[in-house]
Amino acid sequence: MKTITVRYFAMFREHAGVSEETLTLNAATVKDVFECTRDRHGSTEPNGHCKVAINDHMADWDTAVSDGDIILLFPPVAGG
Amino acid sequence: MGILSCCFPQLRAVDVIEVTDSVIDTAALQRSLKNPAAGGYCAFEGWVRNENEGHVVERLEYEAYEPLVIVEGEKVLAEARALFPFLDARCVHRVGMLELGECAVWIGVASAHRDEAFKACRFIIDKIKVRLPIWKKEHYANGDSGWVNCERCAAHGIAE
Repeated sequence: MKTITVRYFAMFREHAGVSEETLTLNAATVKDVFECTRDRHGSTEPNGHCKVAINDHMADWDTAVSDGDIILLFPPVAGG
Repeated sequence: MGILSCCFPQLRAVDVIEVTDSVIDTAALQRSLKNPAAGGYCAFEGWVRNENEGHVVERLEYEAYEPLVIVEGEKVLAEARALFPFLDARCVHRVGMLELGECAVWIGVASAHRDEAFKACRFIIDKIKVRLPIWKKEHYANGDSGWVNCERCAAHGIAE
């Protein structure tokens, strides 16, 4: 089990009802974390349209997570 | 202060992207790109529009994660510079609640010749819309609101 801090933005923050939470979960990759939080908060957004960062660095969905990581979950972006 | 530094006050070695919660001063930004080697300048302004996909839009709310907007934005500017060698580029993106007609994003590129400025400006706005952690929420006339997903419009080459 790993203790991971997850930060939510925009639509994800509204789904979660919080901007950040610390979770203890059995996750190998950031995709595992994404799916855990999606189930937890009842979101249906597929990860394919989203982006993720670990400790302020953009990451791929198969990047391994470590105890103490801060995961940033970004819903589909729309700048401009 | 020499004559050049007076007329061209903000020559920079690094292309800059910024996030602001204040009104974007496009005239000042244009002046900041002045360069004696520039034969032209191209800018793009993204404005808040009153309609989207059949909904009457009253205002737009922008949110950004600034640390990674800066990191990813600087990568986009570096990619643009490699593809279309220009003299100088700047980008400013607004956050917060914006009213109709307000400028949400400004991009300016100064170059020796016009081709690089036009192409770099288009490249930068297209990448900004799909790569930077920025989100916009439309507030509609009927009181509803909704987050915009720009992947579809980017796929169709629709410039918003």
